[in-house]
Amino acid sequence: MIKAPVRKIIPHSLVDGPGNRTAIFLQGCNIRCAYCHNPETQEMCTESSPTEEIKWMTAEEVFKEVERDIPFIRGITVSGGECTLYPEFLVELFTLGQKAGLSCLIDSNGTIDLSKYPELIEVCSGVMLDVKAWDNEKFNKLTGGNNRNVLKNLKFLSDLDKLEEIRIVCIPDEVDAEDILKGIKSTIGEKISYTNLKLIKFRNHGVIGRLKEAESPSDEYMNYLKELALELGFKKVKIT
Amino acid sequence: MTDILGLVKSQKLTYEQKVLSLAQAAENTLDVLHIPEKTQYYFEKNAIDNLFEGNAPYRPRYILPDYDKFIKEGSEFLQIEPPKDLDELLNALMILYRHVPSITSFPIYLGNLDKMIAPFLDGYTDEEIKKKLKLFLNYIDRTITDSFCHANLGPEDTRAGRLILEVERELQNAVPNFTFKYDPDITSDEIAELALYTTMFCANPAICNHKLNKDTYTTDYGIASCYNILPIGGGAYTLARVVLPNAAKLAKDVDHFFDTILPECLEALANYMNERIRFLVEESGFFESSFLVKEGLIHKDRFIGMYGIVGLADCTNILMKDEGKRYGHDKEADDLADRIMHTIHEFLSEFPALYSPISNNRFLLHAQVGMDYDIGITAGVRIPIGDEPENMSDHLRHSARFHKLIPTGCSDIFAMETTARNNPSAMLDIVKGAFDLGVKYIAFYEENGDLVRITGYLVKRSEIEKYKKGEQVLQNTTHLGAPNYDNNKLQNRKVRGV
Ligand code: SF4
Repeated sequence: MIKAPVRKIIPHSLVDGPGNRTAIFLQGCNIRCAYCHNPETQEMCTESSPTEEIKWMTAEEVFKEVERDIPFIRGITVSGGECTLYPEFLVELFTLGQKAGLSCLIDSNGTIDLSKYPELIEVCSGVMLDVKAWDNEKFNKLTGGNNRNVLKNLKFLSDLDKLEEIRIVCIPDEVDAEDILKGIKSTIGEKISYTNLKLIKFRNHGVIGRLKEAESPSDEYMNYLKELALELGFKKVKIT
Repeated sequence: MTDILGLVKSQKLTYEQKVLSLAQAAENTLDVLHIPEKTQYYFEKNAIDNLFEGNAPYRPRYILPDYDKFIKEGSEFLQIEPPKDLDELLNALMILYRHVPSITSFPIYLGNLDKMIAPFLDGYTDEEIKKKLKLFLNYIDRTITDSFCHANLGPEDTRAGRLILEVERELQNAVPNFTFKYDPDITSDEIAELALYTTMFCANPAICNHKLNKDTYTTDYGIASCYNILPIGGGAYTLARVVLPNAAKLAKDVDHFFDTILPECLEALANYMNERIRFLVEESGFFESSFLVKEGLIHKDRFIGMYGIVGLADCTNILMKDEGKRYGHDKEADDLADRIMHTIHEFLSEFPALYSPISNNRFLLHAQVGMDYDIGITAGVRIPIGDEPENMSDHLRHSARFHKLIPTGCSDIFAMETTARNNPSAMLDIVKGAFDLGVKYIAFYEENGDLVRITGYLVKRSEIEKYKKGEQVLQNTTHLGAPNYDNNKLQNRKVRGV
C-alpha cells in the first residue's frame, strides 16, 4: 500500500465539513499562499527524511485510527497542505471509508486537475474547493501559482454534483471576491442555489507570509459580500 | 450539633436559607431511626453516606407530580379550576409548584413543559408566547432558588419546545435545569440541533437517551434533580450512597474489599434505606395527609429507593494502586470496576426494598454525582476530571460500558469549545453515536460560559465569585457549587472539539 505523509489527525473536528468528522491533514503543498495559516504544512517531505511531526502512513493505518471514532462521526475530511498530491492514497483511504458508510470529503486548493483521477472522484463524496482569486494575475500574486485548474475543477465537480462547498478567503484588494462570486455563477449557473458557500474572514493569526500584518476585513464588508452572493442566487451562504 | 445561633446570625445566608437550615437543625434533634452499630461504623468512616437527608423523614426526597392530571382536573385543595388558556395554565402551575415538597423543600420536577404548554398555544403569536414564558421562567428562577429543580422537553418536535429553547437562550437562567428527551426515531434533527445549539449558550438542556430510559418503569418517566430517572406520579423516597473510595480505604486488599467490606457496606446501606422508607410510609403520615396523594397527583406505590454509588473511578484506582493501573485508561482497571458494578448489581437484584412495587420491590442503582464536601471523589461512574482520555470516542465508549447497569440516572458532562456553536449537527452526530452505544445521558456546556455544570446542577461563575467574597447569593446551590468548583478542579475539565 502507498504511504502518505500525515501531519495530524483530529478525531472529532467540528469545522471540516458537515457534521462531526475525523480530519486528516497531509503534509506538502504545491502553492504558497500569502495568507497560509499552516505554513508548516507546505514543505514537501520524503519518506527517507523522517521528522517528528510527520508520519508516513498507509491508508489502512490511517483508517485504523478513524475506526475508533465510528459511530460518532458522519465522515472523514482529508485536508493539507494539498491532499490531492496523493491521489492513490486517497483512493485507498476513501474506499475503506465508503465501505464503513462514511462520507469522504476532500479539502483542496483546486490546482490539481481532478478530471485526471476518475477513480478518486468515484469514491470521493465531495470536494470543498478554495477559489482564491478569479483573475489569474491576482491568483498568482497571492499564491505563486496558476488558477486554470481551479476554474476547470469548479465546472467539473459541479457537473458531477461533487462540489460540497466553495470557500473564499476574503481580503479587500488582495482578493477579487466580487469577481469570484460572479465568475462562479457564470460557471456553474443554477447550481449555486444549493452549493454551500463559505466566506472566510481573513485573520492574520499564524500567518508568516507577506500578509502577516494585514488586517481582517470589516464585518460590513463581509456582510456586503454575503448580500451580493444572495442577490446572485446563492442560498447557503455562511460567514466564518 | 448544628451551630443554631451561628445560623441565626449568619450574614451569608438569605432569610429563606436560614429558615430551611433551622428546620433541618430541628429535625436532627430527633432520633427515630434504628441504626445498628455496624452501620454506624460505616457512616462514621463515610463509606456510606445519608446525604444529610435528616434524622426523621417527613416527605419523600423527590416528588414528580402527575402534572397532566392536574391540568386536566385542577385541584380542589388549591381551589384551582382546570386551566382554559395559557395564562391560566402558567398561573396554575406557579401555584402548584409552591406546594410540591422535596428534600430541599423546592420542587425538583416541573413537568414535561413543552407538552404541557403545547395545547394552549393556538391564537397567540410567537412573541406573545415568549413574553409569557419569560415571565413564567423568571418567576421560577427567582423563587425556586435551587438548581436541582428540573424541567423536561421532548422527545417530539413542538412549537412549544422550540419557543422554550429560544427563551432559555435569552434568559441565561440557572433554574430550572432542562433535559431534552431525545430519540432519533421521534425527534427531528432540527429541534435536536436547536437544543444542542442552545446548550452552547446556557448549558441547557442536557440530552437524555429516551429509547434507553423510557421503559425503566411501567409508568411514564421524568428526569428530576441531577439526572434522576423517576416514575411520574411518584418519585424517590430516599437517596443514600456508598462512597466507594472510602470503602476501598478500609480494605486490606482486593479480596478483603470484595469478601467483606463491600458486602457489609451494601447491606448496611440497604437496611438503612429501608428504615427510612419504613418511617416515612408507616409513621410520618405523609401519604395519609398530603393533598397530592388525596387528589391522585402522586401514588404511594410509585416511589422507589435510589441506591447511590459514587467514586467508582477513585475506588478502582485505590484497589489498583500497586499495579499502577487507572480507571478509564487501563483494561485491568476497567475490568475490576466492572466486577465492582456487577457485585453491586447482583446484591441489589436480591435485596428486598420496602414499599417499592414500581421497581419490583428492589432498590434502583443511581450514579450519584457527588456533594460539595467530596474531595478526591469522582461523580458516579465518571472518569476523574483532568484525567479524561485524549480522544472523546474512547471516553464515550467507556461511559457506555458503565452506564449499562444503572437504571435511575447516570450521566457524563462535556465542556465544548466555542466553535461548536457553528456546527450543532456535529454535536448531534456525537450524541447519536453515544446513544447508539448505550450512553444514557449526556450534558454539554460552552467552555467560557457563565453557567457551569458542577456535577449535574448549574451554577453561575459570577455568583460563585460573589459567594466567595462573602456576599449573599440567591441560589442555595451556589453554596454547594463554590467549594465543588475548587475541590473538583472543574476548570481542568477537558474541553472537547476542535
Ligand atoms: S493551499 Fe492551503 S496549505 Fe497550501 S499554501 Fe495555500 S493555504 Fe497553505
